Amino acid sequence: MTRKAVALISGGLDSLLATKVIQQQGIHVEGINFFTGFCVEGHTHAIRKQEKPKRNNALWVAEQLGIKLHIIDIVDEYKNIVINPKHGYGANLNPCLDCKIFMVHKAKQWIQDHGFDFIITGEVSGQRPMSQRKKNLPMVADESGAEDLLLRPLCAKSLAPTKPEREGWVDRAQLYDFSGRSRKPQIALANELGIEDFAQPAGGCCFLTDASYSIKLRDLWDNRGDRHYELDDIMLLKVGRHIRPDPSFKLIIAREEGETQFLSGYKNQFQSIKTISHGGPISLIDGPQLDPQQIELACAITARFSKGRDAEQVELRYCRPNGECQSLHVKALSADDIPKQWTLV
Amino acid sequence: MLHKVDARRLLCPLPVIRLQDKVNVIALGDQVEILCTDPGVKNDIPAWCKINGQRIDSMIEQANEIIITVSKLSDA
Ligand code: SF4
Repeated sequence: MTRKAVALISGGLDSLLATKVIQQQGIHVEGINFFTGFCVEGHTHAIRKQEKPKRNNALWVAEQLGIKLHIIDIVDEYKNIVINPKHGYGANLNPCLDCKIFMVHKAKQWIQDHGFDFIITGEVSGQRPMSQRKKNLPMVADESGAEDLLLRPLCAKSLAPTKPEREGWVDRAQLYDFSGRSRKPQIALANELGIEDFAQPAGGCCFLTDASYSIKLRDLWDNRGDRHYELDDIMLLKVGRHIRPDPSFKLIIAREEGETQFLSGYKNQFQSIKTISHGGPISLIDGPQLDPQQIELACAITARFSKGRDAEQVELRYCRPNGECQSLHVKALSADDIPKQWTLV
Repeated sequence: MLHKVDARRLLCPLPVIRLQDKVNVIALGDQVEILCTDPGVKNDIPAWCKINGQRIDSMIEQANEIIITVSKLSDA
């Protein structure tokens, strides 16, 4: 009887290798990839005009392995992981340990629903500071409910045997005992398996590990007074220049044409400002209805990033989400007029 | 039967997820026509179809929109 495993496919080298190793033992493998909304995949490349559309690494890995890939939208359920991680955050707002536990838990449900036998991941003990610390690997297996149905082919030999090993579904002798942060064993195994092209093995599975993204997310939470977020909020944190002149509102200013086009799609949800007399970006305003003074300030900031930054006057159009617009003439703020602490990086 | 999915303004991989979720609930032989604006779909939807055993029938680009028609040939 052919045993079936589901692999958590991130798009990086480790999950590719782990899957390949198990496929070579005659196991039928399919992949799952979770969409949290924070994934680095695609988005910024799709938005920014000058960047070529990038391949989706998880789909690409599945294609290389010849396996099916099921992409699962967990945006809503994942909010609780980001907002209240039981095990806390890593260096930035990355709740890696809770995230791993949650994903493995979802995979456990998936194998039950689809009649699969076990789960594999590309984890390597001691590789990442938080979720892959050696003592945390058993915790992921326990708290996710996957227990001994969770097999990590790349470090299985340094962990207690799992059910697939004990039952002889896979041969433990042909698994690995990689540990630590060096990537050399993985690169060597990739060479051995004839895998040459793979996504760079940085820790970059999501924006939550990114310091500047985390600053913007924290700013959003602090100034809204609660940690709730919508998919649009976290998408917009990936785009444009974010300037907060006042706790009550923030400007999101496009940096190039692709971002202008992307942000324009939000004009019926946000107040917006567009430079009329000169070439320039669109700005969205995240916050309640601005008063006239705030509108003028927001226009002067937007003008600073337009071709009219040195002109005597710049004409801009300020619009409400309901389509009501007004024209304003302002002088652009100079770089010195925009305090450093307004700019969120 | 032809099913329509509007994935305009969604960024990859969301259009792929919307397509996948539709394909999962329709009958073998049915078609899905998905309307997208993220150019990433030109790579991602064919890749998804290839690994999951579905077929691209056509891909048309009009102004800033991409319309892809997919036939369901295999169950998930
Ligand atoms: S980097 Fe992001 S996706 Fe990866 S484990 Fe951490 S929180 Fe989860």
